[in-house]
Amino acid sequence: MTPTLQVFLIVSAALFSTGLLGALSRRHAIFILIGIEMMLAAANLNFIAFWRFSPQSQPPTGVMIAIFSIAIAAAEAAVGLALVIAVYRHYRTTNVDHLDQLKG
Amino acid sequence: MSSAAFVLIAMVTLAAALAAATLQKLMHATLSFAVALVGVAAFFFLLGAEFVGLVLVFVYIGAVAVLIVFTILLTRRDVGKDRGANWGGALLAVAVFGGLAWAVFKTQSVAIGAPHIRALTVKRIGEALMTSYVWPLQCVGLLLTAALIGALVLVMEEKR
Repeated sequence: MTPTLQVFLIVSAALFSTGLLGALSRRHAIFILIGIEMMLAAANLNFIAFWRFSPQSQPPTGVMIAIFSIAIAAAEAAVGLALVIAVYRHYRTTNVDHLDQLKG
Repeated sequence: MSSAAFVLIAMVTLAAALAAATLQKLMHATLSFAVALVGVAAFFFLLGAEFVGLVLVFVYIGAVAVLIVFTILLTRRDVGKDRGANWGGALLAVAVFGGLAWAVFKTQSVAIGAPHIRALTVKRIGEALMTSYVWPLQCVGLLLTAALIGALVLVMEEKR
């Protein structure tokens, strides 16, 4: 028996939830970025799985979207980590609980 | 596509992802994150999208994971105090997973096997990128340039 689309979607949902857990429960900005990247990877897995299990189209749309999504995730990680470094320079911390200057 | 390979990759990926979300030390979490991404790339290989799997390994492990390690080293004075998962986040994550799993099991049309497809060659991807996807490609190029300049501006030394 070969894996169906269903099990791929379940694994992808589990990966997404794990990324969500990391992004929600951590207080360190880099951990939160790791969680977000994991959620993006889970979304990519969904795109590739749907492409593989659907009737073929020319061009391969799911693969294309996954490639663009990886490129955008790389840009997001670069800017996010630059923000972490900039915040660390100002506040000497990367704990998001301490960044409450705008709090009313 | 074999079942044993799928189960093995799924177990490694989910265990590494869980470790990345719960480990206390930043460096360990980053390495687990890299292992989880290797697992996702292995899924891509299993699904027949070898090129995307390679791109994922190059971009995420070659660039993003290394960038994260550099950031950890640059903000080093602050590491090592993060508490693990708290209950609210865990509850919400379990609820989201439950909802997604319920939706997947409820939908009958996704319980299908893989059809036979033509192999996805790099030639086909390149042709698609240069014909129907040429505008998105240019936009992504612009976005990456803007992100590069933006990241440089953000971390530049400020004039006093």
